[in-house]
Amino acid sequence: MPKHLLAAAALIAAICAAPLTSGVAEEMPPLPRQEWSFFGIFGTYDRAAAQRGFQVYKEVCSACHPVKHLYFRDLTDLGYTEDEVKAIAASYQVNNEEANDQGQIYQRPARPSDPIPGPFPNNQAARAANNGALPPDLSMIVKAREGGPDYVFGLLTGYKEPPADFKMLTGMYYNEYFPGHQIAMPPPLNDGAVTFADGTPATVPQMAHDVVTFLTWAAEPNLEPRHRTGFKVMLFLVIAVGIFYATKRKIWATAH
Amino acid sequence: MADIPSPGAGGRIIRWIDYRLPFVGMLQHELYEYPTPRNLSYWWNFGSLAGIMLVVMIVTGIVLAMQYTPHADLAFDSVERIMRDVNFGWMLRYAHMNGASMFFAIVYIHLFRGLYYGSYKQPRELLWILGVVILVLMIATAFMGYVLPWGQMSYWAATVITNLFSAIPWIGQSIVTLLWGGFTVGNPTLNRFYALHYLLPFVILAVVLLHLIALHRFGSNNPLGIDMKGPQDSLPFHPYFTIKDLFGLSVFLLIYAFFVFYAPNFLGSSDNSIPANPMQTPNHIVPEWYLLPYYAILRSVPNKLLGVIMAFGSIFLLFIVPWLDTSPVRSARFRPIYKWVFWLLVIDVVALGWVGANPPEGLVVTVGQIATLYYFVHFLILFPVIGKVERPRPLPVSIGTAVLEPSRRTPLGGAGAPIAKP
Amino acid sequence: MADLAHQNVTGAHPGETRRDFLILTASAVGAVGVAATIWPFIDSLNPARDTLALATTEVDIGPVQVGQRLTVAWRGKPIFIDHRTPEEIKAAETVDVSSLRDPQPDSARVKKPEWLVIIGVCTHLGCIPLGQRAGDDRGPYGGWFCPCHGSIYDTSGRIRQGPAPLNLVVPPYEFTGDTMIKIG
Repeated sequence: MPKHLLAAAALIAAICAAPLTSGVAEEMPPLPRQEWSFFGIFGTYDRAAAQRGFQVYKEVCSACHPVKHLYFRDLTDLGYTEDEVKAIAASYQVNNEEANDQGQIYQRPARPSDPIPGPFPNNQAARAANNGALPPDLSMIVKAREGGPDYVFGLLTGYKEPPADFKMLTGMYYNEYFPGHQIAMPPPLNDGAVTFADGTPATVPQMAHDVVTFLTWAAEPNLEPRHRTGFKVMLFLVIAVGIFYATKRKIWATAH
Repeated sequence: MADIPSPGAGGRIIRWIDYRLPFVGMLQHELYEYPTPRNLSYWWNFGSLAGIMLVVMIVTGIVLAMQYTPHADLAFDSVERIMRDVNFGWMLRYAHMNGASMFFAIVYIHLFRGLYYGSYKQPRELLWILGVVILVLMIATAFMGYVLPWGQMSYWAATVITNLFSAIPWIGQSIVTLLWGGFTVGNPTLNRFYALHYLLPFVILAVVLLHLIALHRFGSNNPLGIDMKGPQDSLPFHPYFTIKDLFGLSVFLLIYAFFVFYAPNFLGSSDNSIPANPMQTPNHIVPEWYLLPYYAILRSVPNKLLGVIMAFGSIFLLFIVPWLDTSPVRSARFRPIYKWVFWLLVIDVVALGWVGANPPEGLVVTVGQIATLYYFVHFLILFPVIGKVERPRPLPVSIGTAVLEPSRRTPLGGAGAPIAKP
Repeated sequence: MADLAHQNVTGAHPGETRRDFLILTASAVGAVGVAATIWPFIDSLNPARDTLALATTEVDIGPVQVGQRLTVAWRGKPIFIDHRTPEEIKAAETVDVSSLRDPQPDSARVKKPEWLVIIGVCTHLGCIPLGQRAGDDRGPYGGWFCPCHGSIYDTSGRIRQGPAPLNLVVPPYEFTGDTMIKIG
């Protein structure tokens, strides 16, 4: 039986090794692999990078992209104090949930319990402001794209001149990693676009790295508790496996 | 040993209940004493694992159902709320999501174990059929469950699969409209899928009960495929197989936990993190991995109706396996041809999975057609033919002798290699 | 089966105690595992983070004039905020506390006498008493009147007549500024 098992396993492995990604062999270059603080089973979010990333989001991306699943109160997870979060929230105006006594919806400063408001009231307004293109919500973007953080980083840093024979449509920009290579978003990052409070030089790769850290946190805020709990669970299970195996052997000792 | 264990007052209460509703006595016999073949290998752990996963899925499902909102406008956000705001919500969601994959992996291994060792053969045909019923219910449940988060893949998988029914001549489109409750997949569809997704696992539970009753009628098969003839061939289920199942469970949990805590989205599709958009189809619509082989068969057939029939047929074919196989001998251990051909099926199914995962172009299409053809050839032609044509190796006299005295062999038949325990 | 019977009858071999120890340990490990697994299921039923975020409400009471009453929501319940007139304060303070059904001096119910902050839920069976809107019946004590079964509260929100057993509950709150209160 083991012989057959081995032969079959080898063949299965060979099949699985066959490229599982898009059969359409476009000349998509491989994504540049980045070093991420949250990578791996012991990964955590670099809070300083995430805060810088939030600044990049706020000052650059939020002009067009919402993050509807984020609440202001979530920002305390990045190291901001309650008061800082209150202040950040209060700098935004949001619609009150209830109409006033005259039946009109009025605006008020946001509270930590409010979601971070997006730049447009609805999709149509967003498209109208962006030549018909809809800037996607960013709160899940890192989970919603193949390649995750590496892809988003690649996209942000992958703008270049199109190859000589490449036909560009009007209003589009050439991007190395965007499927189809033509993206409606103009390159969002330029060196020095943002001034970081901690003095980190705001180069494009730096800003891209930081905003991707922020966006990965936005998509998976529970990554760290998940890793921590996972470690305890796996440790417990390894011990359990050992004890159950020893017990099994002991009980079965008389049966053979 | 048929006494109900009963120290003191607790025992009196148990005896009072058991006299009126004999469940303790029943449990005592079915779970404690129950004679189990002493030579069961670890391939026999997967049944109990499947049962445990059913319970896990039901419990996590109920707790998730308390927080989920089954409305097209709110479903996606309610899932994100579970992931972000509900205490341990991320854990419950990932456990449920990856639990489905684990459940199918376990059930497929369990099924293939049955195919290899002839567990479907007389007198266990009904046991096998009940198992296939469970598989069909699982597929329906998983399909509907996947729609609930209302992501891009949820929506479009629902659209593609419900559209299959339009292949039915004349009434097809009416059936699809009935399924949808509208002109496309939409909120009415979501709501009814939610109701059924909650219901079917309990139907599965009932069928599992029947499955266990059928099992206990004749007891488990075993790697040698020969019947137990007496107490020397068996061991009581407790403590031998309870501890073995517990050990197997802990190993499985290690794998399950790895997915839940460290690779929770590995088996899924990133497109499902995008809210459903009825105006835009994803580039590649791909079902979850455990449905890929059926999807591959569906796409491999150029004719729409035939493709639907073959895809559903590939599952329903399993119902008649006990009658397709003509071998006089159960276990592939003693079937020199079949034991190799079995692995061809395994490779074929994996190949079909690969085909289903990739866009239908070039090599993928060719492999898909060959693999689909082979699947049906395997069951419809090879099964009956091999059973007739091959010469089975001599069976051991009994389980007990095979395990305890490997030198004894049945007087019939020629020399065979000694029966070695793996 | 025969093997087992033999084992059970004979005394404690070293193998026996080792086996018992293993079984005990295995059972303990199993029990711990089960208990640890159950907790997340139960805890998921506790209020989620978004619910907890609404556990405190801050109210700007600056616009509330003397004699005016404001209703705000807190944890899904109405809060009555009363900017009391001097007459109302006097009426609340000059009451024989021992004659009350639920004895409480007014000073124990307010942080600043001109501001009364109470939960607007009748302590009888949970209706919302009248008295917040102009034109509402405030009952004979000028406080609040519950239309459901006739409970009557005074200008300190204390029960005076009717079936309610307790005074209107004062929620936890504090002044974060002269005209800002934080409830909860």
